Amino acid sequence: MKKFLDLFLAFARVGVMTFGGGYAMIPILEREIVDKHGWATSEELMDYYAVGQCTPGVIAVNTATFIGQKLYGTLGGIVATLGVVFPSVLIISVIAGILTNFADIPAVQHAFAGIRVCVCVLIFNAVTKLWKKAVTDKASLVLCLLVFVLSVFLDLSPVLFVVLCAAAGIFFTKVGLRGK
Amino acid sequence: MLYLRLFYEFFKTGLFAVGGGMATLPFLYDMADSTGWFTYGQLADMVAVSESTPGPIGVNMATYVGFTAGGIPGAVVATLGLVTPSVIIILLIARVLKSFRQNQYVDAAFYGLRPCSVGLIAAAGVLVLKLALFNTELFQASGVLTDLFNFKAIILAVVLLICTRYVNKLKSLHPIVFIAASALIGVLFAF
Repeated sequence: MKKFLDLFLAFARVGVMTFGGGYAMIPILEREIVDKHGWATSEELMDYYAVGQCTPGVIAVNTATFIGQKLYGTLGGIVATLGVVFPSVLIISVIAGILTNFADIPAVQHAFAGIRVCVCVLIFNAVTKLWKKAVTDKASLVLCLLVFVLSVFLDLSPVLFVVLCAAAGIFFTKVGLRGK
Repeated sequence: MLYLRLFYEFFKTGLFAVGGGMATLPFLYDMADSTGWFTYGQLADMVAVSESTPGPIGVNMATYVGFTAGGIPGAVVATLGLVTPSVIIILLIARVLKSFRQNQYVDAAFYGLRPCSVGLIAAAGVLVLKLALFNTELFQASGVLTDLFNFKAIILAVVLLICTRYVNKLKSLHPIVFIAASALIGVLFAF
Protein backbone atom coordinates (compact mmCIF):
# COMPACT_ATOMS: atom_id res chain seq x y z
CA MET A 1 0.00 0.00 0.00
CA LYS A 2 2.84 2.35 0.92
CA LYS A 3 4.45 2.02 -2.51
CA PHE A 4 1.25 3.26 -4.17
CA LEU A 5 1.04 6.16 -1.73
CA ASP A 6 4.66 7.10 -2.57
CA LEU A 7 3.87 6.92 -6.28
CA PHE A 8 0.74 9.06 -5.85
CA LEU A 9 2.58 11.70 -3.81
CA ALA A 10 5.56 11.83 -6.16
CA PHE A 11 3.28 12.52 -9.13
CA ALA A 12 1.17 14.97 -7.15
CA ARG A 13 4.40 16.92 -6.58
CA VAL A 14 5.12 16.80 -10.32
CA GLY A 15 1.58 18.11 -10.92
CA VAL A 16 2.01 21.00 -8.48
CA MET A 17 5.37 22.03 -9.89
CA THR A 18 4.41 21.81 -13.56
CA PHE A 19 3.42 25.23 -14.79
CA GLY A 20 1.95 25.00 -18.27
CA GLY A 21 3.06 21.45 -19.04
CA GLY A 22 5.09 20.47 -22.10
CA TYR A 23 8.85 20.87 -21.89
CA ALA A 24 8.61 22.72 -18.56
CA MET A 25 7.84 19.33 -17.05
CA ILE A 26 11.08 17.55 -18.02
CA PRO A 27 13.44 18.96 -15.36
CA ILE A 28 10.83 18.32 -12.66
CA LEU A 29 10.34 14.72 -13.80
CA GLU A 30 14.11 14.25 -13.90
CA ARG A 31 14.44 15.40 -10.31
CA GLU A 32 11.47 13.53 -8.90
CA ILE A 33 11.57 10.28 -10.90
CA VAL A 34 15.21 9.80 -11.92
CA ASP A 35 17.29 11.48 -9.18
CA LYS A 36 15.12 11.13 -6.12
CA HIS A 37 13.43 7.74 -6.59
CA GLY A 38 15.45 6.06 -9.34
CA TRP A 39 12.21 4.79 -10.90
CA ALA A 40 13.46 5.31 -14.48
CA THR A 41 16.59 6.40 -16.32
CA SER A 42 16.84 9.70 -18.21
CA GLU A 43 16.77 7.78 -21.50
CA GLU A 44 13.59 5.92 -20.56
CA LEU A 45 12.05 9.22 -19.54
CA MET A 46 12.81 10.74 -22.96
CA ASP A 47 11.30 7.68 -24.67
CA TYR A 48 8.11 7.93 -22.61
CA TYR A 49 7.95 11.63 -23.27
CA ALA A 50 8.39 11.16 -27.02
CA VAL A 51 5.64 8.53 -27.18
CA GLY A 52 3.48 10.64 -24.83
CA GLN A 53 3.72 13.48 -27.33
CA CYS A 54 2.53 11.41 -30.25
CA THR A 55 -0.31 9.56 -28.56
CA PRO A 56 -3.67 11.21 -27.85
CA GLY A 57 -4.15 13.08 -24.59
CA VAL A 58 -2.24 15.36 -22.25
CA ILE A 59 1.52 14.67 -22.37
CA ALA A 60 1.98 14.91 -18.58
CA VAL A 61 -0.73 12.29 -18.04
CA ASN A 62 0.70 9.97 -20.70
CA THR A 63 4.16 10.13 -19.14
CA ALA A 64 2.76 9.49 -15.64
CA THR A 65 0.83 6.44 -16.86
CA PHE A 66 3.97 5.05 -18.52
CA ILE A 67 6.14 5.33 -15.41
CA GLY A 68 3.43 4.04 -13.05
CA GLN A 69 2.77 1.01 -15.27
CA LYS A 70 6.48 0.25 -15.60
CA LEU A 71 6.80 0.16 -11.80
CA TYR A 72 3.66 -1.56 -10.56
CA GLY A 73 1.62 -2.60 -13.60
CA THR A 74 -1.87 -1.37 -14.52
CA LEU A 75 -2.78 -0.19 -11.03
CA GLY A 76 0.50 1.72 -10.86
CA GLY A 77 -0.37 3.51 -14.10
CA ILE A 78 -3.76 4.52 -12.74
CA VAL A 79 -2.36 5.69 -9.37
CA ALA A 80 0.39 7.81 -11.02
CA THR A 81 -2.20 9.43 -13.30
CA LEU A 82 -4.54 10.24 -10.42
CA GLY A 83 -1.54 11.74 -8.60
CA VAL A 84 -0.59 14.06 -11.45
CA VAL A 85 -4.15 15.42 -11.91
CA PHE A 86 -5.02 15.69 -8.20
CA PRO A 87 -3.47 19.15 -7.55
CA SER A 88 -5.16 20.59 -10.67
CA VAL A 89 -8.60 19.47 -9.58
CA LEU A 90 -8.09 20.96 -6.13
CA ILE A 91 -6.50 24.28 -7.17
CA ILE A 92 -8.72 24.98 -10.19
CA SER A 93 -11.92 24.17 -8.27
CA VAL A 94 -10.99 26.73 -5.61
CA ILE A 95 -10.04 29.41 -8.16
CA ALA A 96 -13.09 28.74 -10.35
CA GLY A 97 -15.32 28.96 -7.27
CA ILE A 98 -13.83 32.31 -6.26
CA LEU A 99 -13.87 33.77 -9.78
CA THR A 100 -17.53 32.84 -10.30
CA ASN A 101 -18.42 35.08 -7.34
CA PHE A 102 -16.30 38.02 -8.50
CA ALA A 103 -16.97 37.83 -12.23
CA ASP A 104 -19.44 40.76 -12.24
CA ILE A 105 -17.05 43.33 -10.71
CA PRO A 106 -15.94 45.80 -13.45
CA ALA A 107 -12.25 45.67 -12.42
CA VAL A 108 -12.28 41.87 -12.80
CA GLN A 109 -13.90 42.20 -16.24
CA HIS A 110 -11.28 44.74 -17.34
CA ALA A 111 -8.50 42.49 -16.05
CA PHE A 112 -9.82 39.55 -18.05
CA ALA A 113 -10.26 41.70 -21.17
CA GLY A 114 -6.54 42.48 -20.87
CA ILE A 115 -5.70 38.84 -20.20
CA ARG A 116 -7.58 37.70 -23.33
CA VAL A 117 -5.24 39.80 -25.44
CA CYS A 118 -2.33 37.99 -23.80
CA VAL A 119 -3.99 34.61 -24.43
CA CYS A 120 -4.15 35.46 -28.16
CA VAL A 121 -0.43 36.12 -28.20
CA LEU A 122 0.31 32.93 -26.21
CA ILE A 123 -1.75 30.81 -28.62
CA PHE A 124 -0.02 32.46 -31.58
CA ASN A 125 3.39 31.65 -30.04
CA ALA A 126 2.32 28.04 -29.41
CA VAL A 127 1.22 27.73 -33.04
CA THR A 128 4.50 29.05 -34.47
CA LYS A 129 6.50 26.73 -32.19
CA LEU A 130 4.47 23.66 -33.21
CA TRP A 131 4.50 24.78 -36.85
CA LYS A 132 8.29 24.34 -37.04
CA LYS A 133 7.99 20.69 -36.00
CA ALA A 134 4.84 19.85 -37.95
CA VAL A 135 5.13 21.61 -41.29
CA THR A 136 8.20 20.07 -42.86
CA ASP A 137 7.27 19.77 -46.55
CA LYS A 138 4.66 20.78 -49.15
CA ALA A 139 2.15 18.06 -48.27
CA SER A 140 2.09 18.94 -44.57
CA LEU A 141 1.82 22.64 -45.44
CA VAL A 142 -1.25 21.98 -47.59
CA LEU A 143 -2.77 19.79 -44.88
CA CYS A 144 -2.22 22.41 -42.18
CA LEU A 145 -3.65 25.30 -44.23
CA LEU A 146 -6.61 23.21 -45.36
CA VAL A 147 -7.49 22.25 -41.77
CA PHE A 148 -7.11 25.87 -40.64
CA VAL A 149 -9.30 27.37 -43.38
CA LEU A 150 -11.99 24.67 -43.22
CA SER A 151 -12.24 24.79 -39.45
CA VAL A 152 -12.45 28.62 -39.38
CA PHE A 153 -15.22 28.78 -41.97
CA LEU A 154 -17.14 25.55 -41.48
CA ASP A 155 -18.71 24.27 -38.29
CA LEU A 156 -17.15 20.80 -38.35
CA SER A 157 -16.06 18.63 -35.44
CA PRO A 158 -12.28 18.53 -34.83
CA VAL A 159 -12.65 14.71 -34.59
CA LEU A 160 -13.33 14.61 -38.34
CA PHE A 161 -10.12 16.52 -39.14
CA VAL A 162 -8.03 14.31 -36.84
CA VAL A 163 -9.28 11.07 -38.41
CA LEU A 164 -8.93 12.34 -42.00
CA CYS A 165 -5.45 13.77 -41.40
CA ALA A 166 -4.15 10.51 -39.92
CA ALA A 167 -5.39 8.76 -43.08
CA ALA A 168 -3.90 11.52 -45.26
CA GLY A 169 -0.53 11.10 -43.51
CA ILE A 170 -0.48 7.41 -44.37
CA PHE A 171 -1.64 8.10 -47.94
CA PHE A 172 0.98 10.81 -48.58
CA THR A 173 3.73 8.58 -47.20
CA LYS A 174 2.64 5.61 -49.34
CA VAL A 175 2.47 7.56 -52.62
CA GLY A 176 5.86 9.13 -51.92
CA LEU A 177 4.78 12.77 -51.45
CA ARG A 178 6.31 12.96 -47.98
CA GLY A 179 9.50 14.94 -47.68
CA LYS A 180 9.05 16.73 -51.03
CA MET B 1 -27.20 12.77 -16.95
CA LEU B 2 -25.04 15.93 -16.97
CA TYR B 3 -22.14 14.01 -15.50
CA LEU B 4 -22.46 11.26 -18.10
CA ARG B 5 -22.41 13.86 -20.87
CA LEU B 6 -19.40 15.60 -19.27
CA PHE B 7 -17.52 12.31 -19.09
CA TYR B 8 -18.38 11.48 -22.71
CA GLU B 9 -17.39 14.92 -24.05
CA PHE B 10 -14.03 14.86 -22.25
CA PHE B 11 -13.39 11.22 -23.12
CA LYS B 12 -13.75 12.28 -26.76
CA THR B 13 -11.38 15.22 -26.21
CA GLY B 14 -8.79 13.01 -24.53
CA LEU B 15 -9.04 10.46 -27.32
CA PHE B 16 -8.66 12.84 -30.27
CA ALA B 17 -6.55 15.74 -28.96
CA VAL B 18 -3.01 14.93 -30.10
CA GLY B 19 -0.03 17.09 -29.15
CA GLY B 20 -0.51 18.23 -25.57
CA GLY B 21 -2.60 20.74 -23.62
CA MET B 22 -3.32 23.39 -26.27
CA ALA B 23 -4.56 20.65 -28.61
CA THR B 24 -7.65 20.32 -26.37
CA LEU B 25 -8.65 23.91 -27.20
CA PRO B 26 -10.43 23.25 -30.54
CA PHE B 27 -12.45 20.50 -28.82
CA LEU B 28 -13.48 22.88 -26.05
CA TYR B 29 -14.71 25.45 -28.59
CA ASP B 30 -16.68 22.69 -30.26
CA MET B 31 -18.06 21.77 -26.82
CA ALA B 32 -19.12 25.39 -26.15
CA ASP B 33 -21.15 25.29 -29.39
CA SER B 34 -22.75 21.92 -28.88
CA THR B 35 -23.52 22.01 -25.14
CA GLY B 36 -23.88 25.68 -24.16
CA TRP B 37 -22.10 25.00 -20.85
CA PHE B 38 -19.90 28.08 -21.29
CA THR B 39 -19.26 30.95 -23.72
CA TYR B 40 -16.23 31.65 -25.93
CA GLY B 41 -15.37 34.53 -23.57
CA GLN B 42 -15.38 32.26 -20.52
CA LEU B 43 -13.21 29.78 -22.39
CA ALA B 44 -10.57 32.44 -23.09
CA ASP B 45 -10.54 33.26 -19.36
CA MET B 46 -10.14 29.56 -18.56
CA VAL B 47 -7.09 29.37 -20.82
CA ALA B 48 -5.53 32.26 -18.90
CA VAL B 49 -6.25 30.71 -15.50
CA SER B 50 -5.00 27.30 -16.69
CA GLU B 51 -1.72 28.83 -17.87
CA SER B 52 -1.23 30.72 -14.60
CA THR B 53 -1.88 27.90 -12.15
CA PRO B 54 0.12 24.76 -11.36
CA GLY B 55 -0.70 21.60 -13.32
CA PRO B 56 -0.78 20.55 -16.98
CA ILE B 57 -2.84 23.00 -19.09
CA GLY B 58 -5.07 20.32 -20.60
CA VAL B 59 -6.00 18.94 -17.18
CA ASN B 60 -6.57 22.42 -15.74
CA MET B 61 -8.91 23.36 -18.59
CA ALA B 62 -10.89 20.13 -18.21
CA THR B 63 -11.27 20.74 -14.48
CA TYR B 64 -12.34 24.35 -15.06
CA VAL B 65 -14.92 23.47 -17.73
CA GLY B 66 -16.22 20.63 -15.56
CA PHE B 67 -16.54 22.97 -12.57
CA THR B 68 -18.40 25.57 -14.65
CA ALA B 69 -20.82 22.95 -15.96
CA GLY B 70 -21.38 20.92 -12.78
CA GLY B 71 -19.50 22.17 -9.71
CA ILE B 72 -16.88 20.08 -7.92
CA PRO B 73 -18.33 16.69 -9.01
CA GLY B 74 -18.31 18.07 -12.58
CA ALA B 75 -14.64 19.03 -12.23
CA VAL B 76 -13.75 15.50 -11.09
CA VAL B 77 -15.84 13.76 -13.77
CA ALA B 78 -14.47 15.94 -16.61
CA THR B 79 -10.88 15.34 -15.53
CA LEU B 80 -11.40 11.59 -15.24
CA GLY B 81 -13.05 11.60 -18.67
CA LEU B 82 -10.05 13.40 -20.17
CA VAL B 83 -7.44 11.01 -18.75
CA THR B 84 -9.30 7.71 -19.25
CA PRO B 85 -8.42 7.27 -22.97
CA SER B 86 -4.78 8.19 -22.23
CA VAL B 87 -4.51 5.60 -19.50
CA ILE B 88 -6.06 2.87 -21.65
CA ILE B 89 -3.95 3.68 -24.73
CA ILE B 90 -0.67 4.02 -22.81
CA LEU B 91 -1.25 0.81 -20.87
CA LEU B 92 -1.72 -0.98 -24.19
CA ILE B 93 1.28 0.68 -25.87
CA ALA B 94 3.62 0.19 -22.89
CA ARG B 95 3.68 -3.53 -23.66
CA VAL B 96 4.81 -3.00 -27.24
CA LEU B 97 6.68 0.30 -26.87
CA LYS B 98 9.56 -0.40 -29.22
CA SER B 99 7.54 -1.76 -32.10
CA PHE B 100 4.98 1.06 -31.70
CA ARG B 101 7.62 3.75 -32.15
CA GLN B 102 9.08 2.03 -35.19
CA ASN B 103 5.81 1.08 -36.86
CA GLN B 104 5.67 2.79 -40.27
CA TYR B 105 1.90 3.27 -40.20
CA VAL B 106 1.99 4.94 -36.79
CA ASP B 107 4.80 7.18 -37.99
CA ALA B 108 2.93 8.05 -41.22
CA ALA B 109 -0.31 8.79 -39.34
CA PHE B 110 1.49 11.22 -37.05
CA TYR B 111 3.12 12.87 -40.03
CA GLY B 112 -0.46 13.86 -40.98
CA LEU B 113 -1.68 14.51 -37.43
CA ARG B 114 0.93 17.10 -36.48
CA PRO B 115 -0.02 19.70 -39.14
CA CYS B 116 -3.68 18.94 -38.32
CA SER B 117 -3.13 19.91 -34.66
CA VAL B 118 -1.42 23.16 -35.68
CA GLY B 119 -4.28 24.06 -38.04
CA LEU B 120 -6.92 23.31 -35.39
CA ILE B 121 -5.16 25.29 -32.65
CA ALA B 122 -4.66 28.23 -35.02
CA ALA B 123 -8.38 28.18 -35.88
CA ALA B 124 -9.23 28.22 -32.16
CA GLY B 125 -6.82 31.16 -31.83
CA VAL B 126 -8.85 33.07 -34.43
CA LEU B 127 -11.93 32.80 -32.19
CA VAL B 128 -10.02 34.31 -29.24
CA LEU B 129 -8.58 36.96 -31.57
CA LYS B 130 -12.05 38.07 -32.71
CA LEU B 131 -13.17 38.36 -29.11
CA ALA B 132 -10.11 40.15 -27.74
CA LEU B 133 -9.13 42.57 -30.50
CA PHE B 134 -12.36 43.36 -32.38
CA ASN B 135 -15.77 44.78 -31.42
CA THR B 136 -17.79 42.77 -33.90
CA GLU B 137 -21.14 43.56 -32.26
CA LEU B 138 -20.50 47.30 -31.96
CA PHE B 139 -19.45 47.41 -35.64
CA GLN B 140 -22.56 45.52 -36.76
CA ALA B 141 -24.75 47.98 -34.83
CA SER B 142 -23.04 51.20 -35.92
CA GLY B 143 -21.53 50.32 -39.30
CA VAL B 144 -18.59 52.65 -38.56
CA LEU B 145 -15.38 50.89 -39.58
CA THR B 146 -13.25 52.37 -36.77
CA ASP B 147 -15.68 50.85 -34.27
CA LEU B 148 -14.58 47.40 -35.44
CA PHE B 149 -11.09 47.66 -33.97
CA ASN B 150 -10.35 47.61 -30.27
CA PHE B 151 -7.31 49.87 -30.56
CA LYS B 152 -6.14 49.60 -26.95
CA ALA B 153 -6.17 45.81 -27.21
CA ILE B 154 -4.38 45.77 -30.57
CA ILE B 155 -1.58 47.98 -29.22
CA LEU B 156 -1.19 45.67 -26.20
CA ALA B 157 -1.14 42.62 -28.50
CA VAL B 158 1.66 44.09 -30.63
CA VAL B 159 3.70 45.03 -27.53
CA LEU B 160 3.22 41.54 -26.05
CA LEU B 161 4.12 39.90 -29.34
CA ILE B 162 7.41 41.83 -29.49
CA CYS B 163 8.20 41.16 -25.81
CA THR B 164 7.49 37.42 -25.93
CA ARG B 165 9.28 36.75 -29.22
CA TYR B 166 12.04 39.29 -29.82
CA VAL B 167 13.21 40.84 -26.54
CA ASN B 168 15.85 38.41 -25.28
CA LYS B 169 15.58 39.39 -21.62
CA LEU B 170 11.80 38.96 -21.62
CA LYS B 171 11.05 36.06 -23.92
CA SER B 172 12.35 33.41 -21.52
CA LEU B 173 10.02 34.61 -18.75
CA HIS B 174 7.12 32.41 -17.71
CA PRO B 175 3.77 33.23 -19.41
CA ILE B 176 2.29 34.02 -15.98
CA VAL B 177 4.35 37.26 -15.96
CA PHE B 178 2.73 38.45 -19.20
CA ILE B 179 -0.71 37.34 -18.06
CA ALA B 180 -0.37 39.27 -14.79
CA ALA B 181 0.95 42.36 -16.62
CA SER B 182 -1.96 42.19 -19.09
CA ALA B 183 -4.47 41.96 -16.25
CA LEU B 184 -2.96 45.06 -14.63
CA ILE B 185 -2.96 46.99 -17.93
CA GLY B 186 -6.56 45.88 -18.52
CA VAL B 187 -7.63 47.37 -15.18
CA LEU B 188 -5.53 50.57 -15.48
CA PHE B 189 -6.71 51.41 -19.01
CA ALA B 190 -10.28 50.08 -18.56
CA PHE B 191 -10.25 47.55 -21.43
